[in-house]
Amino acid sequence: MGMTQHAEPAVTTPPASGPGKVKDGRTAERPLAIRLLARPEVGVFLGAVAVWVFFLIAAPPVREGSSMATILYQSSTIGIMALPVALLMIGGEFDLSAGVAVITSALTASMFAFQLTLNVWAGVFVALLVSLAIGFLNGWLVVKTGLPSFLITLGTFLILQGANLAVTKLVTDNVATDDISNMDGFDQAKKVFASSFEVGGVEIKITIVYWLVFAALATWVLLRTKYGNWIFAVGGNKDSARAVGVPVTFTKISLFMLVGFGAWFVGMHNLFSFNTVQSGEGVGQELIYISAAVIGGCLLTGGAGSAIGPVFGAFMFGMVQQGIVFANWNPDWFKAFLGVMLLGAVLINLWVSRTATRR
Amino acid sequence: MDRSSLSRSRRFAPAVALAAAAALTLAGCSSSSGGKKSEESADGASAGKATTPRMTIALVTHQSPGDTFWDIVRKGAQAAADKDNVKLVYSADPSAASQANLVQNAIDQKVDGIAITLAKPDALKDVVAKAKQAGIPVVGLNSGVSEWQKLGLMEFFGQDETVAGEALGKRLNEEGAKNAVCVIQEQGNIGLTQRCDGVKKTFTGKLQTLNVNGTDMPSVKSTITAKLTQDKSIDYVVALGAPFALTAVQSAADAGSKAKIATFDLNKDLTGAISKGTIQFAVDQQPYLQGYLAIDSLWLYKNNGNYMGGGEQPVLTGPAFVDKSNVEAVAKYAAKGTR
Repeated sequence: MGMTQHAEPAVTTPPASGPGKVKDGRTAERPLAIRLLARPEVGVFLGAVAVWVFFLIAAPPVREGSSMATILYQSSTIGIMALPVALLMIGGEFDLSAGVAVITSALTASMFAFQLTLNVWAGVFVALLVSLAIGFLNGWLVVKTGLPSFLITLGTFLILQGANLAVTKLVTDNVATDDISNMDGFDQAKKVFASSFEVGGVEIKITIVYWLVFAALATWVLLRTKYGNWIFAVGGNKDSARAVGVPVTFTKISLFMLVGFGAWFVGMHNLFSFNTVQSGEGVGQELIYISAAVIGGCLLTGGAGSAIGPVFGAFMFGMVQQGIVFANWNPDWFKAFLGVMLLGAVLINLWVSRTATRR
Repeated sequence: MDRSSLSRSRRFAPAVALAAAAALTLAGCSSSSGGKKSEESADGASAGKATTPRMTIALVTHQSPGDTFWDIVRKGAQAAADKDNVKLVYSADPSAASQANLVQNAIDQKVDGIAITLAKPDALKDVVAKAKQAGIPVVGLNSGVSEWQKLGLMEFFGQDETVAGEALGKRLNEEGAKNAVCVIQEQGNIGLTQRCDGVKKTFTGKLQTLNVNGTDMPSVKSTITAKLTQDKSIDYVVALGAPFALTAVQSAADAGSKAKIATFDLNKDLTGAISKGTIQFAVDQQPYLQGYLAIDSLWLYKNNGNYMGGGEQPVLTGPAFVDKSNVEAVAKYAAKGTR
């Protein structure tokens, strides 16, 4: 269920809706516009456009290309994680450990390479294994115990938070990792995970490219593959999905591992763009990833959502967070502004989807 | 159904084994530069060991987990404890109520002395009174320079955050700065706010503040970049912690800004950045010294009845400036994680 809700004819004409320019002859054009609006990502798209236009007016520096690159960079580091988190939510589960898992991965890679004086790629590879193992463990525990993923991943969140600190202290005798920027393979890995390139005089961070590529990939998987159907099925109704032969255990565990992969990727970006990692970072980030997914139209109850929605959700986060600074507003109000803008965006999102699906 | 999932999870096993084997193969290629091997194994500071009877001292701070600064405080305290034949009991919690509970815990343990930070003095008032009632000497460190006497603490070791900020503000004037931005990595933290306020007091140019999300470095980086883009006339970024200063260097480059970077507090990467000239200077409050003196003073009091600062004045551990002229002397200690 979920993906293609067909809407009954609506009475009101939604404002400024997507590509179909509704003029007259409502009967002919309405179905397309309504069908578009009924998709979970359209609401967030309009919300993102609204926020973007708002800051274009309120904050002149936003109009520059380089500022947009900064905003997109911020959005991409949230967005890369928001994607697997969203897929997991569509699959009906939840991961609170996603924020600290990013730091776990970065710490693992850095310490493994540094302590054994290896090529940093060895660390990168081991970190991938660790991240996937954490995802596997989360998924396996959730499937085997039948406990809510909220509880299981709350547990792993605390374990990782503590282990990040304790293991780092044990291994390095400090609470931050050592600088690995002069080690073999670092420059190469930096090119892969944390480089940037120029387009028309504007420096673009590579994470933006990965973000969009991953989003396209996730969209394709969701909409065009059997695995995508499985995700919707296990999130909609686990038991009936199982009854029709969907491999529920495999799907859920692999989704958790996908979050692990995302954590590894972002962790590597953090490591190779900042050279060292503080073990206390990452706490609270999980809520930002989850917010981006929810704003992007993923239901907290599972079974519905898209991969493109969280892209706009993450963009909205980046836009608001940086827009406030570009607008030079009183920084004391920073978090409050962020909250108001996000609530507003969610409400627009809700309103649009209700207008489109009701009546 | 369960059986099928079990066989599936078994299918993972060869993959894991293969991956592990590949990891071991990779482990063969070691790095020819950097890494643990190149790290000097310098000896820690050591001054023999006291023959006085074993005593127990609790150090209770408001550290949040994984903060490099507090790690240095703790190392200083541990060094003094080792030397003084003291058993150090360290505990920390950023929430004032939990910190008060930890102090109560120390009282219950009947320790011989307590060292605490007074980030939120009001919350600790009652429990400090209880400690005094129980006859346990209490000293303060790091934060609470204006409250320690009111609470009846014996001695205080730290820096006045406002004074440190003022010193940095004066230094900015000397450097010819006109428009500076003070970057706060933890919104609502009093000590950080006091630092920025101190800078504002003495700095003759314009000072703005900027809040960043300290637990997410990419976010810190892009927020500072955004600020430097928004106001091109900013010529100095004042960071309130070493990791954030290092990130600000990248932000300035990203924003194409000429802004220079100064900071409070040190770590080993930061000393490197100062000698390279990417960061101009740091105000050091010598956290190692704060931890060390707090423990050592309790030992001295117990064994010789001494009061540092005469029991009237705080013992200031900062602000000490570290810049290109003296960074070499500090760098080797920073590399060990004690400066």
